[in-house]
Amino acid sequence: MASTLWIGTRKGLFSLRPDARRRSWRLSGPQMLGHIIHHVVQDPREPRRLALAAKTGHLGPTVYISIDRGRHWQEAKSPPAFRKAEEGEKPRAVERVFWLTPGNPSEPGAWYAGSSPAGLFRSEDHGLHWLPVAGFNDHPMNPKWAAGLRTPDGELLHSVRVDPRNARHLYLAISIGGVFESTDGGADWAPLNEGVAADFLPDPKAAYGHDPHCVILHPQQPDRLYQQNHCGSYRLDRPATRWVRIGEHMPKNIGDIGFPIVAHPRDPDTVWVFPMDGSTVWPRTSIDGKPAVYRSRNAGRSWQRLAGGLPRAQAWFTVLRQAMCADEAPRVGLYFGTTQGEVWASIDEGKSWRCVARHLPEIYSLTYAS
Amino acid sequence: MITVRVPSPLRSYTAGAAQVSASGRTVAELLGDLERNHPGMRFRMIDEQERIRPHIRIFINQREVHALNEDLRSSDEVHLICALSGG
Repeated sequence: MASTLWIGTRKGLFSLRPDARRRSWRLSGPQMLGHIIHHVVQDPREPRRLALAAKTGHLGPTVYISIDRGRHWQEAKSPPAFRKAEEGEKPRAVERVFWLTPGNPSEPGAWYAGSSPAGLFRSEDHGLHWLPVAGFNDHPMNPKWAAGLRTPDGELLHSVRVDPRNARHLYLAISIGGVFESTDGGADWAPLNEGVAADFLPDPKAAYGHDPHCVILHPQQPDRLYQQNHCGSYRLDRPATRWVRIGEHMPKNIGDIGFPIVAHPRDPDTVWVFPMDGSTVWPRTSIDGKPAVYRSRNAGRSWQRLAGGLPRAQAWFTVLRQAMCADEAPRVGLYFGTTQGEVWASIDEGKSWRCVARHLPEIYSLTYAS
Repeated sequence: MITVRVPSPLRSYTAGAAQVSASGRTVAELLGDLERNHPGMRFRMIDEQERIRPHIRIFINQREVHALNEDLRSSDEVHLICALSGG
């Protein structure tokens, strides 16, 4: 079965399939034209299964699942939803399902979903039925951790990460709220933000209230975490609890602001970022209109600019947090999608790039499926 | 039975039908009957706190209603409207 790049856009679902050498790409779609697709994710435990998070402009949020590699989609029978508010309690309703994560290999059928406003949900049946994770959504500190500080797209719960060695060890992130960890399957949570800057907060050393844009856990070395934050890029090697700002080693004229951060599938020391302009009023575009990917081969101690084939000027790309990914080839392929509807591909680990699709709707999510 | 006019974004739940019949003495009961016959449809219109979603409007005949406990008569016609939701 050929690999696929799934493209979730503001106006539907598309896919790109490469030839054996990844030189030629065939675009298919749209499926679900007009639906807002925030995330499309393959289940590595059962690769024929996919799940996607969707809504439309008018209708409430939902999840669709596929059991045939995306040929057909079935809507969840009970989509993620908060519990009914009790009298006097602030009612919460899922406005969008923003993030999907398959569970630990020891829990076939388990999935997690993150929503806006910030909520964590779990399915035990491959995404057909969802229940709120009370340990997080009703945690006594939840009203402070998820205080309703909205990004322009709302308050987002994302980057749910499951330790492949231990199903009960979980991480999640909230924009805006910070990174949180559970070691008991989601029954209890604690902030994990030490060392992360939050220069927009009155207390820059606050325990929570940070703005992680994307947090990843290396699959081969699950104690290695990376984070692209609103205030820089970071690495954390557990059991340490203090993040190290690896973005300080980026060129000063580029800085270390961005949305996505992508890990090499096998080498925990290799990571890619797509820097954006976080100055003044936060244009969030490629810096000076010159898009470039930056790669570190030594866990963030130094960075190399990778811009071969990318436009040299007047290209104001924005790459959102779910819109950059890597494949698993021996020579890793790297991909990103822009809010202008272009997909760029590199088959030499970021050294050179080629536009493989354009004129698509605004790209929210780009994910590789084997 | 009450006639329910279904807007295009919800017709994937009604096998493409622009008009269906449903029963109920209130809007809430009507929505429950719609859900029984067209599973999944209700949650796309009504959130988990029993509120009508921001871009959905419900009219009984020519009158917009904002609460699900509004009474219905069998002669009523219910219009489900998908209001403007941006570009």
